[in-house]
Amino acid sequence: MQPTISSEKDLRGPLVNPDQVELRDLDEAVDEPDRVVPGIEFRDVYLSFDDRQILNGISFTVRRGETKLILGRSGGGKSTIIRLILGLLKPDAGQILIDGEDITPYTEQEMMPVRQKIGMVFQEGALFDSLSVYENVAYRLREQGVDEDEIGQEVRRMLQFVALEDAIEKMPIELSGGMRRRVGIARALIGDPQIVLFDEPTAGLDPPTARTICELAIKLRDLQDVSSIFVTHEMNNLRYLSSEYAVIDEQGHVVFEKEGEKLCLINTEVIMLRDGEIVFSGSDEQLQSCRDPYIQRFIHGK
Amino acid sequence: MNPVTKFLFELQEVGLLLWGVLTGLFRKPRYLDEVIKQMDLIGVGSLPIVLLTGFFTGGVLILQTFPTLQYYGIHSEAGRSVAVSLIRELGPVLTALMVSGRIGSAISAELGSMVVSQQIDAMRALGTDPVKKLVAPRVIALIVMLPLLTVAADIFGIIGGGVIASYIFDQDQNVFITSVRNGITSNDLIGGLIKPFFFGMVIGGISCHKGLSTTGGTVGVGLSTINAVVLSSIWVIIFDFFLAKAIQSILGVGII
Ligand SMILES: Nc1ncnc2c1ncn2[C@@H]1O[C@H](COP(=O)(O)OP(=O)(O)OP(=O)(O)O)[C@@H](O)[C@H]1O
Ligand SMILES: [Mg+2]
Repeated sequence: MQPTISSEKDLRGPLVNPDQVELRDLDEAVDEPDRVVPGIEFRDVYLSFDDRQILNGISFTVRRGETKLILGRSGGGKSTIIRLILGLLKPDAGQILIDGEDITPYTEQEMMPVRQKIGMVFQEGALFDSLSVYENVAYRLREQGVDEDEIGQEVRRMLQFVALEDAIEKMPIELSGGMRRRVGIARALIGDPQIVLFDEPTAGLDPPTARTICELAIKLRDLQDVSSIFVTHEMNNLRYLSSEYAVIDEQGHVVFEKEGEKLCLINTEVIMLRDGEIVFSGSDEQLQSCRDPYIQRFIHGK
Repeated sequence: MNPVTKFLFELQEVGLLLWGVLTGLFRKPRYLDEVIKQMDLIGVGSLPIVLLTGFFTGGVLILQTFPTLQYYGIHSEAGRSVAVSLIRELGPVLTALMVSGRIGSAISAELGSMVVSQQIDAMRALGTDPVKKLVAPRVIALIVMLPLLTVAADIFGIIGGGVIASYIFDQDQNVFITSVRNGITSNDLIGGLIKPFFFGMVIGGISCHKGLSTTGGTVGVGLSTINAVVLSSIWVIIFDFFLAKAIQSILGVGII
């Protein structure tokens, strides 16, 4: 699968008009009709806890093979958005669509098949502490009744991905925080989900490991056509994800290339939350050049 | 929320949880190995304390009643008195209380910490229904094991009574055994097994509900553990009264 790269700088304003996006995709959509159906779609979602309004009319879409980076203050409702996608919470108003299916009225029973196609990396890891690393990663496949040999192979492959083959027999309590996070990533990605939700996957990790995780997200996006949401506070992650893309070279290796002077990735967008509303939505170049003082302070920290 | 609404709300929650367990039995997947693991933990694990409780309860019953029976000259009926009170009341209730202390606390603490460390959310996110995976095996194991534990407690109680009768009061063992056998009816046995079946449901429902509705971090886990043990013990005793009444009128047990 080729990464989606437009040949000229994007000229859209800071607030994207979704109709425009759909239009450009139509060429592609002719032979792949399900590409027009976005992986995730929020339509005017409201949510409050007790009497505090957390989400105030949020709308956005994440297409196939697109990554949405969500920025926002701590406590701004980013994890809440992710929990809504999984149906762990229900919105007060509005609709959430997964692969075109409106999941808002779904019961817990009906959510189960939907959740099977979503991988989620929890902010705090949320590993099952009574199960070993192997069993944690194998969990989803075991539940689906996959053959144990196949599970073993997949688990080893996933753990190699996050460089944790040695920890396979350990219990979560014996791991460091970063290792736990990586096990969480392996657990989320097993079974090749078509939608992956990363909730601050790099917080507290050393730069090379954080970089590996970003590369993983880039590979999923460009080579496996995964829709993903990537919540982060780190500008490094933002830069990697929105300026590099993965391709397979002649030898069959995955290489990462930077978008050039004239090329611009359009499959990664940033949205910024403030007081429960989306105050910015667009590419990272637009974010950098945005003169809104709140956004400037967010990017530069002052 | 006023106490009455709160009570009705909690009652509804426990009821819905048990209903979920019941309807879950007819849907795949079924976690049979979980059920067996819980049976081992709940049943085999509780056996020592239940046997000890039974043995000494039977013993103390004889210790306290034998002199009185002797005064009225009916001490040959000592075995009957201990067997009947154990099988009808003390066996089921004491076993349920011991189990609610040991297992109710374990269940709510375990589920509660899974809630606060987001493991329940992770489980749901991975497409597993926690009611089927966590609640159902525990409730089923309690419903199956509690009657068995009760039978074990009854037997050890009668043995305890017999031991005290023969060693402290020098009663002939055959007299004791005959009196036990004459004393118990099949309706006593049925009634004595219906109770622990319901108690298992009460303990399992309340403890799982308390565990899953934990809020507020580790302090919350402590609170829901306390609530689980206290509430399941109280409800075991309240249920015992109504069950005894129902069994009396349906099976005619206990009306001489
Ligand atoms: N279960 C809950 N009950 C009540 N309030 C909640 C609950 N969960 C979250 N909140 C509130 O909702 C707000 C948003 O929380 P959320 O976890 O989505 O923040 P976040 O953007 O992910 O923050 P961070 O970057 O620190 O992870 C917070 O103010 C929090 O206090
Ligand atoms: Mg968060």
